[in-house]
Amino acid sequence: MEDTFFSIYAWPALVMIAQSLLVLVCLLVFIAYILYADRKVWAAVQLRRGPNVVGPWGLFQSFADLLKFVFKEPIIPSGANKGVFLLAPLVSVTLALATWAVIPFNETWVIANINVGILYVFAISSLEVYGIIMAGWASNSKYPFLGALRSAAQMVSYEVSIGFVIVTVLLCVGSLNLSDMVFAQREGLGTMMGLPNSFLDWHWLPLFPMFIIFFISGLAETNRPPFDLPEAESELVAGYMVEYSSAPYMMLMLGEYAAILLICSLTTILFLGGWLPPVDIWILNWVPGIVWFIIKVVLIFFGYSMVKAFVPRYRYDQLMRLGWKVFLPISLIMVIITAFVLKLMGWA
Amino acid sequence: MGLQAVFFYLFAFVAVASAFMVISARNPVHSVLFLILVFFNAAGLFLLTGAEFLAMILLVVYIGAVAVLFLFVVMMLDIDFAELRSGVLQYAPVGILIGLIVAAELIVVIGGSVLTPQAARAITMPIPNPAVRTNTAVLGDVLYTHYVYFFQIAGLVLLVAMIGAIVLTLRHRQNIKRQDISRQVARSPETAVEVVKVKSGQGI
Repeated sequence: MEDTFFSIYAWPALVMIAQSLLVLVCLLVFIAYILYADRKVWAAVQLRRGPNVVGPWGLFQSFADLLKFVFKEPIIPSGANKGVFLLAPLVSVTLALATWAVIPFNETWVIANINVGILYVFAISSLEVYGIIMAGWASNSKYPFLGALRSAAQMVSYEVSIGFVIVTVLLCVGSLNLSDMVFAQREGLGTMMGLPNSFLDWHWLPLFPMFIIFFISGLAETNRPPFDLPEAESELVAGYMVEYSSAPYMMLMLGEYAAILLICSLTTILFLGGWLPPVDIWILNWVPGIVWFIIKVVLIFFGYSMVKAFVPRYRYDQLMRLGWKVFLPISLIMVIITAFVLKLMGWA
Repeated sequence: MGLQAVFFYLFAFVAVASAFMVISARNPVHSVLFLILVFFNAAGLFLLTGAEFLAMILLVVYIGAVAVLFLFVVMMLDIDFAELRSGVLQYAPVGILIGLIVAAELIVVIGGSVLTPQAARAITMPIPNPAVRTNTAVLGDVLYTHYVYFFQIAGLVLLVAMIGAIVLTLRHRQNIKRQDISRQVARSPETAVEVVKVKSGQGI
């Protein structure tokens, strides 16, 4: 039975496919409820009820929306570049979901535990801009094109500061592997002060400015309000999505929300200790790590939807100023400071 | 002939085919999209050889940044491809000549390492065992420890080029309104508002 085609290739491939399907299904259901939560939070801030008709408390709203999108007629504008027009949503949703292959949900729960995990995430999320550019260009219309141009410039600008934030974390960890990043947060500032392992060890405390910059850059990178200029409805109707309808539109939305969740879980892994419990006592250790992971992701997402609810939209030149003149210098200086501190204290 | 070979031929075939499409596509934007596909497959080939760091950097730098700017420019320009095509025969000899030179150089390099395998071992920085040290760390050793001065000089050259480009294109226009946020914030009623007592029946 050893070394047959089955045991070398077919079985691992089957296992991998099963794992991917599991993650995919869980992720899609999670996204459905994240969307619902986003609308509910937004509604609550504005003293509205939000979705409350489909199912108890409106819990099935997202699934109703899904059915509506799927059964509607996809309209392709006659002037559109058909191939690219239909490829764009596919590209954006595929890339947004592909990144999840390397995200560690728990100590051993990761589909592909690759050496360069964080680079892979960074690379794939830098490709996500193509879905938007292609959608905007292929629509052959003014608003989508303007939206695509804005989005491309915005995402490229904020990737720079995200990159430097990741570099500071990498300096502290000394590995590009995402699981190693969480392991590195078992001990930190808290244990150095003689406290037991707790949330004080996580990277958010020593790298607090970077944590804030990452949070804000994440908003800009995923085109969330207050940086949703690519789809600013008062200026561009719906930006690059104007010409899309039914299933292709749903895929663009899905890609966007998958990317948002990805940034949330990346924040969790880089700064909030991934699956680690907040305090090292037996009753919290007994809770499975995936629960802590999800709680942290949801907390970050709650921050994102609160920001959406009460921060007014930025002007485009202010957005660029913030990215290039504020975040880039701060994160560059922090890289240098972190490197010096690590070297001089002998921690690296 | 394992799975590796299958993936190698897959990536290689798609890369060559889309490289051909880059030069034969009618629409320039399609050309750039095919170029991106070429980069993507090249990253796949890097992965197969075990150079995962290079593969990811190729994705981040070339596809994530360079090709985006490329696509920008091509989308903005209104290129008439029929007009460009008309000169193909005129430029063909030069193109073929350059292609031949590159092919000859590649043959010399690859042929050299095939004919004298011991030459590969004579290089100054031998490739360490990937099981002991990841190739990310090895690249770091080479760039930041052994050749740090050359790396710094390269960075300096790029900095000078960047400053040069900015100086050449920066045009400081007069008579336009610029927002100065610190000045706006620092404004107080005393500096912004002038209270004038106007006598009734008279203007200011």
